[in-house]
Amino acid sequence: MSGGAALAQPPAGAPGSLWQRLTSGASADRGRPYFLFFVPALTIIAAVIVFPWVFTLFMSGYDWKLAQAGTFVGLGNYKGLLTDDRFLSALLRTLYYTVLAVVLPLILGTVSALIFHRKFPFRGFLRGVFILPMMATPVAVGLVWTMMFHPQLGVLNYLLSLVGIPPQLWVYDPGTVIPSLVLVETWQWTPLVMLIVLGGLAALPTEPYESAQIDGATGWQMFRHITFPLVLPFLMVATIIRTIDAIKAFDIIFVISQGGPGTASETINIFLYLQAFAFYNIGYASAVVVVFFALIIALSLTLLYVRQRTRWST
Amino acid sequence: MTATLITAPPRRRLIELAVKRTLMRVGFFLSVVVIVSPAILVFLWMLSLSLKTEIETIAYPPVFIPEHPTLANFVQVFRASPFALYLLNSIIVTGSATLLALAVGIPAGYGIAKAKAYKVAVLVLIARITPNLSYLIPLFILFRALDLTGTLWPLVITHLVITVPIVVWVMIGFFESLHPDLEEAALIDGCTLWQAFRYVALPLSKPGIVVASILAFIFSWNNFIFGVVLAGRETRTLPVAVYNVLTFEQISWGPLAAAALLVTLPVLILTVVVQREIVTGLTAGGVKGG
Repeated sequence: MSGGAALAQPPAGAPGSLWQRLTSGASADRGRPYFLFFVPALTIIAAVIVFPWVFTLFMSGYDWKLAQAGTFVGLGNYKGLLTDDRFLSALLRTLYYTVLAVVLPLILGTVSALIFHRKFPFRGFLRGVFILPMMATPVAVGLVWTMMFHPQLGVLNYLLSLVGIPPQLWVYDPGTVIPSLVLVETWQWTPLVMLIVLGGLAALPTEPYESAQIDGATGWQMFRHITFPLVLPFLMVATIIRTIDAIKAFDIIFVISQGGPGTASETINIFLYLQAFAFYNIGYASAVVVVFFALIIALSLTLLYVRQRTRWST
Repeated sequence: MTATLITAPPRRRLIELAVKRTLMRVGFFLSVVVIVSPAILVFLWMLSLSLKTEIETIAYPPVFIPEHPTLANFVQVFRASPFALYLLNSIIVTGSATLLALAVGIPAGYGIAKAKAYKVAVLVLIARITPNLSYLIPLFILFRALDLTGTLWPLVITHLVITVPIVVWVMIGFFESLHPDLEEAALIDGCTLWQAFRYVALPLSKPGIVVASILAFIFSWNNFIFGVVLAGRETRTLPVAVYNVLTFEQISWGPLAAAALLVTLPVLILTVVVQREIVTGLTAGGVKGG
């Protein structure tokens, strides 16, 4: 992996590499006040990002309704969460949604990357078209999918009827609402996986393929024993980015089903929104944020670990 | 003996090979069509809905290409809602959030890359990973306390949560890949750090800045959740305004599709035109807002 990437990128660009430290004028960089460059950005990050974290942690200890601090309840909100069936089922539902919304884009994205890795006419333009779903405004996307899901007038049921499949209720049935939303999520985020894997494919060395070809390997053997192991670190990055994004999915679910029917598609994020801005249980919602945050930080540490290991390839 | 070895394979075998190669090519192009078409068809369906008359919209089987295309739905969007005001709000919020993020984010990316301050980079990464909703509760309370609700300030400030990490992250990657020799020369010649950045590194970083601005602009433009919670009737951004059309008025598909298309059209055009820059930025660290 790193061998292939090192070929693709001159060692000069590698920060912290021995080579660079030796050539860039001793340890001069260390002593220079470069931190002055990021003080303004850090100030903004402290104000709009770190302050909310701290304040949320503070509020999660209170029975806080809307604008007034209520009584201090210590860990009471957290205890409440442990016995809140609605929260616990939202947690399970989020896991279900996340697993589907990671696996499907990962498979389709990898296949698409293998296709886009080959040269063909209009490849650049078509790649631009292919990434439209992930760049498009989620609300607009959600609205058009809502119309497509409509059981009577929607185009999806019409398309199903052409191949003889009976009409579905899609997001209007508690049993199919999550798979239907995952369909939209997959449509939307397969391009991101494709781009990450495509980046990995572009950094592949050519020698192993040449020798494999001389040894008479088939296309599948080359994929299985050369491409796949070399691209695996990228698949891991894609998996973790996708996991984090799927866990915090909000716009699409909120626009298409609002967590319904009933609570059938109420994920943690939707539950959180309702607690905070529909029921104004600010303290309770803050406790949800803290739990949610801890979950995501655990994942992001993994992301960072994997990213460090695959640093030179991206 | 040798003659048989060097004669061409029989004609039938050659034809078989040619057929096989053609089939492989056709199969490959079919697979390209299969993976690209869902992406484009959904937007074409949006376009089709926005151009249809009421009767065609609810026709079954669905009408794919409107027989009597009309712009009435678009006129309706502008007539039924202060769409121009919402457009202006979106431009102000996204524009200010992007410009502010560039102003603080480009030097920050430079400083972090030069000082190898990866702990600061981790903070930026965590900010990108945290659900946007989790910033909203405290900021919502803060803006109420400061009596800023009803102005665009809360939106501009919260959109910085999206734009600053994107710009910093893209610029770190960019400055890391920039060769340090020129700045070193400038520093040896007596430039200050700021001058080395301003007159040497900055002019070289134009491609990185382009990528960072495009991504920051798009993800801020697309943002929905901050507006839903913080925007009042007069301060809605476009995505929020379009969502409210759906929930608070009679559902009418034509104008709705027209509004949805208008909101996302700038992004779609930008994506296709500068896809190369977007792809560079996105692969350099899997940046995504929202």
